[in-house]
Amino acid sequence: MHIVVCVKQVPDTKIIKINPKTNTLDRRSAPAILNPYDAHAVQEAVKIREKTGGTISVLSMGPPQAVAVIKKSVEIGADQGYLISDRAFAGADTLATSYALAKALEKISRQQPIDLVLCGKHAIDGDTGQVGPGIARRLDIPPITNVIEVSEVNKEDKKVLLKRKQIDGYEVLQSQLPCLLTVEKEINAIEYAPMPNMIKAARYEPVIWSVNDLADVDKTQLGLKGSPTIVGKMFSPPKLEGGKRLEGNPDSQVEQLMEILLERKDLLKVNTANS
Amino acid sequence: MSEKFDVIVVGAGPAGTSCAFNCAKNGLKTLLIERGEYPGSKNVMGGVLYRKQMEDIIPEFWKEAPLERPVVEQRFWMMDKESVVQFGYKGLEWAEEPYNNFTVLRAQFDQWFAKKAVDQGALLINETVVTECIVENGKVVGVRTDRPDGEVFADVVVLADGVNSLLSKQLGFHREFRPDEVALTVMEVINLPKEKINDRFNLEGNHGTTIEIFGDSTQGNLGTAFLYTNKESLNIGVGTTLSSMIKAKLKPYELLDYLKKHPMVRPYLEGGESAEYLAHLIPEGGFHSVPRVAGNGVLVVGDAAQLVNAIHREGSNMAMASGQMAAEAIVEAQKDGDFSERSLNRYKEALFGSFIIKDLEKYKDAAHTFETYPQYFKEYLPMMNKAMSKFFTVDGTSKREKQKEIMRSVTAEKGSFKVMQDIYRAWKAVK
Amino acid sequence: MQEENQGVWVFIEVNDGKIEGVSLELLGAGRRLADKLKVPLSGVMLGEGVLPLANDVIYAGADQVYVVDHPVLKDYRTESFMKGVCILAEKYKPEIFLYGATPNGKDLASAVATDLSTGLTADTTMLDVDAEKRLLEASRPAFGGNIMATILCKQHRPQMATVRPKVMKAIEPDRDRKGIIIEEELELKEEDMRTKVLQIVKDVTKKASLAEAHVIVAGGKGMGDIQGFQLIHELAEVIGASVGGTRDVVEAGWLKHEQQVGQTGETVTPKIYFAIGISGAIQHVEGMKNSELIIAINKDPNAPIFDVATYGIVGDALEIVPKLIKQFQELSIEKGGEMSYV
Repeated sequence: MHIVVCVKQVPDTKIIKINPKTNTLDRRSAPAILNPYDAHAVQEAVKIREKTGGTISVLSMGPPQAVAVIKKSVEIGADQGYLISDRAFAGADTLATSYALAKALEKISRQQPIDLVLCGKHAIDGDTGQVGPGIARRLDIPPITNVIEVSEVNKEDKKVLLKRKQIDGYEVLQSQLPCLLTVEKEINAIEYAPMPNMIKAARYEPVIWSVNDLADVDKTQLGLKGSPTIVGKMFSPPKLEGGKRLEGNPDSQVEQLMEILLERKDLLKVNTANS
Repeated sequence: MSEKFDVIVVGAGPAGTSCAFNCAKNGLKTLLIERGEYPGSKNVMGGVLYRKQMEDIIPEFWKEAPLERPVVEQRFWMMDKESVVQFGYKGLEWAEEPYNNFTVLRAQFDQWFAKKAVDQGALLINETVVTECIVENGKVVGVRTDRPDGEVFADVVVLADGVNSLLSKQLGFHREFRPDEVALTVMEVINLPKEKINDRFNLEGNHGTTIEIFGDSTQGNLGTAFLYTNKESLNIGVGTTLSSMIKAKLKPYELLDYLKKHPMVRPYLEGGESAEYLAHLIPEGGFHSVPRVAGNGVLVVGDAAQLVNAIHREGSNMAMASGQMAAEAIVEAQKDGDFSERSLNRYKEALFGSFIIKDLEKYKDAAHTFETYPQYFKEYLPMMNKAMSKFFTVDGTSKREKQKEIMRSVTAEKGSFKVMQDIYRAWKAVK
Repeated sequence: MQEENQGVWVFIEVNDGKIEGVSLELLGAGRRLADKLKVPLSGVMLGEGVLPLANDVIYAGADQVYVVDHPVLKDYRTESFMKGVCILAEKYKPEIFLYGATPNGKDLASAVATDLSTGLTADTTMLDVDAEKRLLEASRPAFGGNIMATILCKQHRPQMATVRPKVMKAIEPDRDRKGIIIEEELELKEEDMRTKVLQIVKDVTKKASLAEAHVIVAGGKGMGDIQGFQLIHELAEVIGASVGGTRDVVEAGWLKHEQQVGQTGETVTPKIYFAIGISGAIQHVEGMKNSELIIAINKDPNAPIFDVATYGIVGDALEIVPKLIKQFQELSIEKGGEMSYV
C-alpha cells in the first residue's frame, strides 16, 4: 500500500495581520505552519498504514522553506517526502497547482505505484478546497471530498469504504482504489508524535525537485502563466452605517435593550400565562 | 533501541543554542530539545543583543542575522512622576561595523541562531518537554521526554532550560528561589511605523536607541524598565523582583500599564498597536545565586545557572559565552573519554575565570543593597528630579545660590550623615 | 474563443427531491448578471426524477433549464455529475457558471474547472459583472477574512464561482413565468462508475442547529476564557436560542466546528443575532450580516461589529450579559409564562 499525502505550508491565519494602509499581509508575526487539515490527512495515512502496512510519502509545492512541513509530516509518521520547488511554479492558482502536483505524483507513481492520495479539505490561507479534486481529475482517479471516516481499506479487492460529510448528515461511499480523499478535521485526533519520529524528522532531508526533474511538463500550464484567475483588487468591504448605540450605565443599557426586544413582537413573542 | 548522542542540550535559547552550535561544529553528535513551538517562541529578553559574544561564535553575524537596528544611542532616565533626569551617549561609530550592539526580536533571532546550529549538524526537536534527567549510578546518562518512547541517551546532558530550571532542581543543584532572587519582567511589543519611530527618537535610517529607565517606572520598587526601538515596533517592558511585587501587592500588567501611561513615556507610544505581550522570570540573584554548574555527565548554562548581570541588564551575552565554554569543556572531555564531574569541571573553571563570574562578583551586593535600602529608588530619584528642576528654572536666583538651596533641601529631608552613608553604600555596590 | 461563450448558468442542486435554497438564491443573483449582459439565464439540473422541478427553476428567474434525468444520477457523485455538466458546458458554452458553495457544489465545480481548464473562485460573497468587458467580478473574504479580494478570470471561459449560501437573495417565485426546458440524453453506465453511494444518513440534530435557528447567541474571544464563555451558553439557555461563535473561539476549542459562524463556518440569517465579545472581523461578519436584528455587545467602541449591528452596547460583556440573563429570567418567572419565537 503506497499512500501519498499532499501537504501545504501556510501562514498561521490565527495570528496573521493585514496592514490597513497597504492592504498587504503582515507576515512578520505569522509563523508558517503545516496546514491543519493536511496534518489530519497525514495522521489518517498513519492510521491506515497501521492496518495495511506500506509506505507513506508526502508531497508539497512551495519555496525551499516548505521542507519544514514535510519534516513535520515525518514527525506525524510519514516515511518520506518530496518537495517541488521552482520559480516556474510561483503565483499558481488552484488550476496550475493541481497540474504541477499531478505531474509530481505521476513521477512518484513511476517509482512506486500509488494506491491512495490524501489531502486536507482545504488550506486555511485560501479556503478553496479545489486542488484535491483537481489533482484527482488530472490523474483520472475518483475524488471524494469532505471525508470524515475511512472505515475499511481492502488492498486485495482494491476498495475503500468511507463516510463523507453532507449538509445534513453523512453518506456511506465505496470507492475503487486508487482514489483521492480530502479529509475533515473530525476524521481523527492528531497524536503526540513519539520521540523516534521526532529524531527521524529532525534528520530527514526531503527530495527536492525542480520543474526540470518532472517529465512531460507543459510549462504554459504552470505558475502565473497557467493560472486563469487573477486577483483584480483588494478592498475593505463597504462600511455599513451601524445602528443605534444604547448609552448610559450597564443597567440602563440592559433596560433599553429589553424594551426594544419586547417591543419587536414580530421577532420575539413573550407568551404569558395570564394573557 | 533508543538512540545515543554525544550531547543532549535542553533548551534552544541563546545558551543552549550556543552550546549546541559549538558541539556540532566540533563534530559531536548533538541533539537540541526545545519545549516551544520553535526556538524563541517562549523567550523574553529586553531585546538587546551584544555584539561581542555573538561574534565570537559567528563572525560578522550582522550580515545575515535578523537584527532590528544597530544601537547608536544609549539613554538612561531617572524618572519621577512628572519629570525625568536623563543622560546618555550617542555616537555614530556604533552605526558602522563592527557595531556595538543591536535590538532584536527574539522570536526571529533565536530561530535564526538555532538554524545555524542545525547547519552545523545539530538535530533540533521542538515542542518537546524534557521531564527529567535519567540518572544511573550517580551519573546523568540521558533525558526522559513527555513523548511516547521518549527516552534519549547521551554522554553529556547540558541544562539550558531557563531560569526556573526544573532539571537542575531535580538533580539537587538548585534550591527553590527566594522571591528576591528573581525578577518578573513583563514586556510588550508595540507596532509603530518606521517614520514615526525615527521622528520621535530623533533617528536616521536604521539607527536605534535604547532607554533604560529607573525610578517611577517601577513605582519606586527595585527594578528597571526599558524602551527599545526595533525596525517598525518598540519593545517596552518593566521588571521588578518578585519580592517587591509581593510586598507592594502589585500585578505585573499593572506595572506595565502604569509605565505606558506615564507622561514621560506616553508620547513615544502614541498611536502604536500592541502586537505581543510576554511575561517571564529573570534571575537577578547574581553571584550569590549561582548554583552548582557541573556534575557527572551534566552541565548547567545560561539563565539556568543564574548568569545574569542585573545591574547592566546583560543576560543573553553571558548565556552565549557560558554555552560556548560548556561546549569547549565537553569537547575536551570527549577526547579523554571522561565525562565525570571532575572532567567537566573544566567548564566551571573557565566560567569562573571569565568576565561572567567576575562581573557577577563585582556587582554581587548591588541588587541586595537596592532591595534592602529602597530609599535609592523611592527618595533619591525624586530628589534628583526636584534638584534639576530647581537648577534649570530661570527665576533670578544665582546658580551658586541654587546649588546651596538644593544641598540644604536634600540634607534637610534626610540628614547629611544619612545621605553620605547612602552614597557610600551605593558606590560600594556598583563600583 | 470568448465570443463563442454566451449566457449565465446556475447549477441547480437537488437533495431529497427539493431544490437547495442556495440554488434559488443563485438564480436571483444570476438574473441580475444576465440582465446586465443581456443574455439568457439557464439552470442546469441533474438527477433521477428531477424533471418535474424544472418549472420551479423557471419560476425562480431562469429563461431555460437543461435537465439530465438518469438513474445513474440518483445520488450525487463527482464522476457522474462532472461528466454530465462538462458535456453540457462544452456543447452550449456558457460564459458564466455559478454553483452553491455546498459540499457537493464545491466538489463538482472543482472537478469541472479542471476538465474545462478554466478559473474557479471559491466561496464568493459578492457578485457583479463588467458588462463591457463581459467579466465576472467574484469577491470573497481573503487571508483569514479581514479583507475582500475580487477575483477575475480574463482569458478562460466559462468564468466559474461557488457562492456562499444565504448571501444572495432569491426572487419571489413567479408562477406565470415562461421558459424553455431542454432535456438532454447522456450515455451514462453504472458499471463505469468507480464510486458507489451505499447509504445516506440524515443527522437531524445537525440540521436543527445554527442554520435553522431563529435566535442565535454568539460569542467571541472578548468573553475572556472558556469560563467567561459559559455566559453565552447561559443566555442562550434562558431564551432558548442556539449558540454560535467566531473562528477564534472554535480554534480555541470553546465550541465545536459546527457552531462556527462565518466564511469558513455557517452562514446564518436568524431573526435575532446577539454578537457578544465579537470584534467583527470580515470573516465573521460575512456569515451573519443578513440577520434581521443584530445586537452587539463589545468593550471597544470602534469594533467593526457595531457597523453591522442594529443596536450596539459599548460595555463589558462580562458585566452586561449577567444582567441580561437576570432580566430574562425574571420575565419568565414573574409573568409565569414562557417565551417563543415567531
